[in-house]
Amino acid sequence: MREFAYERAADVAGAVALLGSGPEARALGGGTNLVDLMKAGVERPRLLVDVRGLPLDRIEEDGDGGLRIGATVTNSELAAHPEVRRRYPALAQAVLAGASGQLRNMATVGGNLLQRTRCGYFTDTTKACNRRSPGSGCPAVAGEHRNGAILGASEHCVAVHPSDMGVALAAFDAVVEYETADGPGTLALDALYPPVGEAPHRETALPDGALITGLTLPAAPVAAHSRYRKVRERASYAFAIGSLAAALDVRDGVVHDVRLAFGAVASRPWRARRAEEALRGEAAGAEAFAAAADAELAAARALPDNGYKLTLMRNLVVAVLGELTEEAGR
Amino acid sequence: MPPSTPSESSAPSPTSSGISLRVNGETYALPVDHRTTLLDALRERLDLTGTKKGCDHGQCGACTVLVDGRRSLACLQLAVATEGREVTTIEGVADGDQLHPVQQAFLDLDGYQCGYCTPGQICSALGVIEEHAAGWPSAVTADIAPQAAPAPLDAAEIRERMSGNLCRCGAYASIVEAVARAADGSSAGVRGTEVTA
Amino acid sequence: MTVATGTTAGNRAAGGAVGTAHTRLEGRAKVTGTARYAGEVPFAELAHGQLVVSTVARGRITAVETDAVLAMPGVLDVLHHGNAPRLKGDYTNLLGKADPLLQVFQQDRVPHVGWPVALVLAETPEQAREAADALVVRYATEPHDVAFAETHPAGYGAGAQTGGTAETKKALDASEVVVDARYTTPEEHHHPMEPHAAMARWDGGRLEVVDTNQGSAFVADELARLFSLDAESVRVRSEHVGGAFGAKATRPQVVLAAMAATVLHRPVRVVLTRRQLFSLVGYRSPTVQRVRLGADADGRLRALDHQAYSATSSFREFIERSADFGRVMYGPDAYRSENHVVPLDVPTPSFMRAPGEAPGSFALECAIDELAEKCGIDPITLRARNEPEVGVVSGLPFSSRNLLACFEEGARRFGWAERDPRPGVRREGRWLLGTGTAAARFPSGVAPSTAAVTAEADGTFTVRITAADVGTGARTALALVAADALEVAPERIHIRIADSDFGPAMVAGGSMGTRSWAWAVIEAARALREKLALGGTVPPQGLTARADTGASIGALSQKERHSFGAQFAEVAVDVATGEVRVRRMLGMFAAGEIVNPLTARSQFLGGMIWGLSMALHEEAVRDGATGGHVGADLAGYHIAAHADIPQLDAGWVDDVDEDDPVGIKGIGEIGIVGAAAAVANAVWHATGVRHRDLPIRPDRVLTAGSTEQAGAAGA
Repeated sequence: MREFAYERAADVAGAVALLGSGPEARALGGGTNLVDLMKAGVERPRLLVDVRGLPLDRIEEDGDGGLRIGATVTNSELAAHPEVRRRYPALAQAVLAGASGQLRNMATVGGNLLQRTRCGYFTDTTKACNRRSPGSGCPAVAGEHRNGAILGASEHCVAVHPSDMGVALAAFDAVVEYETADGPGTLALDALYPPVGEAPHRETALPDGALITGLTLPAAPVAAHSRYRKVRERASYAFAIGSLAAALDVRDGVVHDVRLAFGAVASRPWRARRAEEALRGEAAGAEAFAAAADAELAAARALPDNGYKLTLMRNLVVAVLGELTEEAGR
Repeated sequence: MPPSTPSESSAPSPTSSGISLRVNGETYALPVDHRTTLLDALRERLDLTGTKKGCDHGQCGACTVLVDGRRSLACLQLAVATEGREVTTIEGVADGDQLHPVQQAFLDLDGYQCGYCTPGQICSALGVIEEHAAGWPSAVTADIAPQAAPAPLDAAEIRERMSGNLCRCGAYASIVEAVARAADGSSAGVRGTEVTA
Repeated sequence: MTVATGTTAGNRAAGGAVGTAHTRLEGRAKVTGTARYAGEVPFAELAHGQLVVSTVARGRITAVETDAVLAMPGVLDVLHHGNAPRLKGDYTNLLGKADPLLQVFQQDRVPHVGWPVALVLAETPEQAREAADALVVRYATEPHDVAFAETHPAGYGAGAQTGGTAETKKALDASEVVVDARYTTPEEHHHPMEPHAAMARWDGGRLEVVDTNQGSAFVADELARLFSLDAESVRVRSEHVGGAFGAKATRPQVVLAAMAATVLHRPVRVVLTRRQLFSLVGYRSPTVQRVRLGADADGRLRALDHQAYSATSSFREFIERSADFGRVMYGPDAYRSENHVVPLDVPTPSFMRAPGEAPGSFALECAIDELAEKCGIDPITLRARNEPEVGVVSGLPFSSRNLLACFEEGARRFGWAERDPRPGVRREGRWLLGTGTAAARFPSGVAPSTAAVTAEADGTFTVRITAADVGTGARTALALVAADALEVAPERIHIRIADSDFGPAMVAGGSMGTRSWAWAVIEAARALREKLALGGTVPPQGLTARADTGASIGALSQKERHSFGAQFAEVAVDVATGEVRVRRMLGMFAAGEIVNPLTARSQFLGGMIWGLSMALHEEAVRDGATGGHVGADLAGYHIAAHADIPQLDAGWVDDVDEDDPVGIKGIGEIGIVGAAAAVANAVWHATGVRHRDLPIRPDRVLTAGSTEQAGAAGA
């Protein structure tokens, strides 16, 4: 780890001023990803701005049935919050499916959104990686890519986004709020992560020096009937190889509203809008669910060793929507 | 400890700071290199070596301590960022010579083998019991609705909640028994086979 | 048959300590954090060494650019092949010829990724790490080859094949039922929770070392040879060891610490990083195994042919002897087995918990299950029909063989009798359920050791032996053994272990530690009692007797000596997601005298968890382009976590060896043997699909599906 300066931000304006002081400044939240990557030599900041003490640690009801979640709320606090569990159960489940109890106690909501991929080439500075070292190549395409992306990837990068929380947030139309020296701004979660294309190193659409201050979850009655299901290579404490956030509102056997987002299939939490469109107004059932999944996965491109993800995601959509349908019918 | 050394860049900011660290009820004033993690500060500076370094990357749980009462990984926490917080390590768990019930259960039920993950397991178990008592759900809690009755801290809940603490010897079965016994506050074990003749 | 869970059936007149449960002597230190491991013993003026390893898989070091690093704050020195002291490399010890990996910085060749190329020494760990990261090492690279395959042209048969090819072929051809299957296991790593650490210093003309290892006398002897020192000039201690599993023989950290302490003239500590453990402490080679079984329709084996292939490094031969597993398991008319090995540009594999037996039992015990399926016979019945009278290769009788007793008692406890043999027919929600079983075996060996027992003036006794407690409970077991041998309560025994000054002793390995050490302790205790029987008072400095078991072990009769076991597993498989969950496991073992039932159970269960982890999780992935690993950390290399481990139980049956003066067989490794096969057989029973490649990952299960699905698709 390279030597660095450390400042504790007194307020948001101060934090933004420090973050804007140079390209080698980083905001330190829980540190669960940043400190790890500093040890690995992937992150080499000159200045750490500790933002964990900022007054951004509250979850507030917005009065319309939505929630505003501060950026320094920990993952644990988010998952335990009664209104999150009541209004967006898939979000609480997604957070609980991620990492470990210790890491969830440390990790913050803002940091979770900005965590970097766990692709084994990205985290190993002795190997090439376009995301870490632009232009060096993507050895995963011809190498180890069993957990590589099937949607929205390019030959320049097939890494997947590691967040579970983000998958549920994508399903529920979260909007990210940030602050810069030039004032505040917002980004829909979908727009936070630009397409991979030829520049996988451009990981977010945030302006330089921006600090995520929180996010808002708009009211969504359908979200109260939601579920997160994660598949991984051990039963806990592992990143997903495929995950699904799903919310379903079935009325008289017909899909009235539905939300679907896929995890571990793309460089960002993947909102499955095509699948949602295919389902609205259809009779709820395994056939329609499978057809919806197929509609979304039509654009998927598999590499030699990650084609199983198409089957996995299709099966997850059918299984989880089936469960939600059955439970609603009780 | 060397004094602050200027970095190569134009930024004149120091790369070390004098901090005061609260550990097991004691206050320690010490200068720290900003690169020093809480784990290294405990082990190398305060000679509190009970907190273990298994991977140094947040992937094993051996360095689990309690920070402000919540279990955390000391390897991903910078010492300089820990100022003002209350740290409890394995050395601060027992009450003098009186072992904490979690420690006693690990000892009695053989909830370890090599012992290297044990301080982390015990600190994590303390956190698990607190978190469960606070009504926090887990990934295996069937109904996470806030109005649902809290799920009992059964073996499945303990396993999921303790999953951030790897044990390569494979003492998991006895660890779960020990956590259950300690959480129960009773001496009745959940062991499947009685092994004492 | 009698079943003894928690009682003992020893051969010695036991005083009652052996066979009863005792908590660990060091338990309190372990649960309070006061047990100090190698990297935690304070030394004044300690300097910190950070190892730099190669990033290329084959080539030469052309430059180590030390100038910039030497100018960094706190950096004391950089050792590399251009300036390192010379080491001796022409010796042989228990593990064979000197390991080139321990010849650190002696030449410029790089034979694999992760090879030691420099040691940065600094005042603080942070300074050492940053400087090590900054050190530029240049290489002239050469093409590398890390692709393991049984068809690799460089492969060769390792040692004589056992049995006849023509005879085996004839027997196979004459068989009514034949199983011919190929099984694979991946590269697996030990990963003890404590990474390798060592501290060394010169003190009064002696090299004093605190290391984490499986045998301090062994390491001291090797250091003396490497550094051309008198044996008496080296002292190695390893009071507490945070897991070993075969990874902690003499390893680079201890050589580096000794070398650096010699150069710097001050104490030095070297701790390997978790990532460095992937290339510097051994691992289990990947294997490919072809098993051919020929049998009569009633399951009687006519032929057994086991061909196993593994990899080794380009500079040292290590053979994963998977094909040997079947040598004493069954009694076929014709038997053939051979181990083959392929040298590659990879680190040298080494002994890893149940070397040979762990992967070998996966292949053979799955093949036996396939044979039972083909014959339409219960797999336990089939094994019973093939019980041998003698070792099929050696022709020697068994010292004791209670495999069938394990199956009988295990089947009773597990509820095997109610099992519907048909695969793929039990469903519970999204889960298909199945059960499986497999046999286990591990040789029971013993090696000469020395011990001293002292009668103290205060009526207590002190045992000194260079044993290692790597988590096995050796310290406690030896106290119980000594108590019975001296006919006193265990509370009157002091145990001192893990100090090379106590003299040579077997390492904690090969499931031979406790058996070998106990033998020496019993003999020393006997000698002490003879001295005490002469009368007189114990002098203030105590009265000591010593023993060396070399002669008595040499007099042991030639027999097949093994522990046996029966493994049972129940799994749930969701073929829509590929998830496999083990729901329960039971292991029944016949493993000689059980010294401490409390810690023995832990060891058996730990081994079974290793088997589960091998079956479902563990796999190191090598990147062909760079020749190094991808995901070389504990997030990339999965070992089973709490949530993967279900209800587990282990038990044991009486297992008495009449002509063995000790009766202990060793239990460190048998728990893993057969466990992965039991899980794989259960996955077949659940899904109807055979998974012959480990680990049984979700993508593999998902792709393979189930017979239920296939049936539905065909309908």
